[in-house]
Amino acid sequence: MIPRHLLIAVAVLGIMALGMSLYVWSIRGTVVRTDASTPNTQPVARPAAGPSEQVTLYVAYDEGGTLRPQAARIPLPSGRQERAEELLRALVDIYLSKSSPHVLGAGSEIRGVYLADPGLAVIDLNAAFANGHRSGVLVEELTLSSLVATLSANIPAITRVKILVDGKERDSLAGHVDLTAFYDVSRMNQLVNQLSAEP
Amino acid sequence: MKRSYRSRSPRILGRLIALASVLVFSGSSPQKQLSVYSKAANYSVMVAEHNGMDYVGLLELLEPLGTVNARANGEHWKFRYNEVEAEFVAGQTRTRVRGGELNMPANFVLENGRGLVPISSLITLLPQILGGSITLNLSGRRLFVGDVAIHFTAAVGKGDPPKLVMNFGNPVNPMIATEPGKLQLVFTHDAVVSPGSQTLTFDNKAIPSATFEESNGTAILQVTTTVPAMASFSNDGRTITVTPASTPVLPAHAPSPIPPFAPPTVAPPAAASSAAGTPVRRHVFAVIDAAHGGDERGAALTGQLQEKDVTLAFARRLRELFGLRGISALLARDGDLTLSLDQRAAMSNASGAAIYIAVHATSEGNGVRLYTALMPSGGGNQGWFLDWETAQSSFDGLSQIAATSVAKGLESKRVSVRTLIAPLRPLNNVVTAAFAIEIGPTGDDVSQLSSAEYQEKLAEAVVSGVEDVRDQLEARRK
Repeated sequence: MIPRHLLIAVAVLGIMALGMSLYVWSIRGTVVRTDASTPNTQPVARPAAGPSEQVTLYVAYDEGGTLRPQAARIPLPSGRQERAEELLRALVDIYLSKSSPHVLGAGSEIRGVYLADPGLAVIDLNAAFANGHRSGVLVEELTLSSLVATLSANIPAITRVKILVDGKERDSLAGHVDLTAFYDVSRMNQLVNQLSAEP
Repeated sequence: MKRSYRSRSPRILGRLIALASVLVFSGSSPQKQLSVYSKAANYSVMVAEHNGMDYVGLLELLEPLGTVNARANGEHWKFRYNEVEAEFVAGQTRTRVRGGELNMPANFVLENGRGLVPISSLITLLPQILGGSITLNLSGRRLFVGDVAIHFTAAVGKGDPPKLVMNFGNPVNPMIATEPGKLQLVFTHDAVVSPGSQTLTFDNKAIPSATFEESNGTAILQVTTTVPAMASFSNDGRTITVTPASTPVLPAHAPSPIPPFAPPTVAPPAAASSAAGTPVRRHVFAVIDAAHGGDERGAALTGQLQEKDVTLAFARRLRELFGLRGISALLARDGDLTLSLDQRAAMSNASGAAIYIAVHATSEGNGVRLYTALMPSGGGNQGWFLDWETAQSSFDGLSQIAATSVAKGLESKRVSVRTLIAPLRPLNNVVTAAFAIEIGPTGDDVSQLSSAEYQEKLAEAVVSGVEDVRDQLEARRK
């Protein structure tokens, strides 16, 4: 014989479970409708830390195949490495914008910049950056020189640069420009000068 | 702190996934595939394993050959190929095709709506579905639909130097690799079949034998050699000739040999030829390197036009024009071949050429760009041995002279031209004057890149520019 109070407890729990199920079922549709109509409230810009500073970004322009220095004010953190990362991210943001003068593939990102003594900067791109990059000698070297020139113009004492993709060495950016080597900033500046001159 | 959490957690997750991928996939064997050869298309489909047997998706297998559709209903899977209907039941060997019953050697597998049949069942299934004969090589995983097999003969002539001449029933385009003692031709999309015997023996000391093997959807013809050898194509890809590498055939108009792999070490050209103690070679003036090729297509210039095809056509045109001026020129590749950048540089360095010209093509920009090497960091030469990464350093000035002269030639033809430095391998590995040319259309019409008229105009300007500085280039070589 099952005690009466147990039967009552089971009955109450069953009613509660049924009620909860009905409630969940009724709000399921509401959530879907709310999601569809509510605008995305995620921040579109990265949270910035630090005061805004004037920097020089070397921006690539596909039209004419040139590289042009461009002044910009961006919030920069105090750490040297973090500053380097924010600089390049600001540059990539320009390339990913609607009015981009040098279109990069969707999802292109700077994963990180690592500064090692003496004077070595390692730029780590994400896979989407390289995989989505257009293929061609000039278009690839515009990207490479833009990254290197922006970094070396704003972060003192960088003398050599190495590019990684997803933390690993890659043969080329998109079939042409070599990424296996370390590049001297002084030699890269020769290229920057050539690309800065109107063809 | 919040920003740090947001930005780092996906990276950590990404690294964990990457690590897991490495652990899972390291040491794994190549993906199993079944190659299909037919009059409509040659292609490969992935093979899945179930209960120790090889299976293949029937829909993917037949899609390139006709109109297919399939519908899963519970355990039943209805399949239609053109007008032919078939029905399979998951977990059963019995199937219905064209209204008749067939038995498969193993159960049908239904996986996420995808119908998989054992490869061994294709021998009975496909003739019913396709309404024609097929040949299936189970161990090599190669399927021939209809009469598409390419037969070949191979024989070594009595001449000196010895030549292994292989004649194929249709044009072929194998990948070629060389290593000491063997030259390997890998046919991935050619329906080449065994000549009857798996081992061919030739009464020749330099090229004593060859073996034919079919494995994982490819056919591999391995030529055993006692001397370094190279292969060349002729007869529109129907003939492949293997000759000892020490006796290259370098007429200006003939197909060029495929370079054997040479280790990435550099020595001055004069020293290289004399130190080896080999007979003095006929000198090549120019090595023309059509960039990309084989598996590496380069840029997709249009939906149909690939960079590797434009570069090869333009390289051939350059060779022809050099030849007309009595200048010997060698193509680094004279077919759709995969060559590494090191192989290209090694070939140029070994040839002792006075100039190396790499050819690229682009759909962007206006006109032509010429590039000389942007040297990377390094430069630690060791005595006679040059640093591979910066081997071009001492030829930089000469390369600039050549590029400037070619730029003048192009300007005289009213072609827009720009000269730049570029971190573009293998320019930095080449021990002679070296530049790359990237040809682009003059406007928005990218098809201009494959126009014979446009290529001829550019090629004439390039050859003319190089010829103008020929003496300086030759002087450095001497």
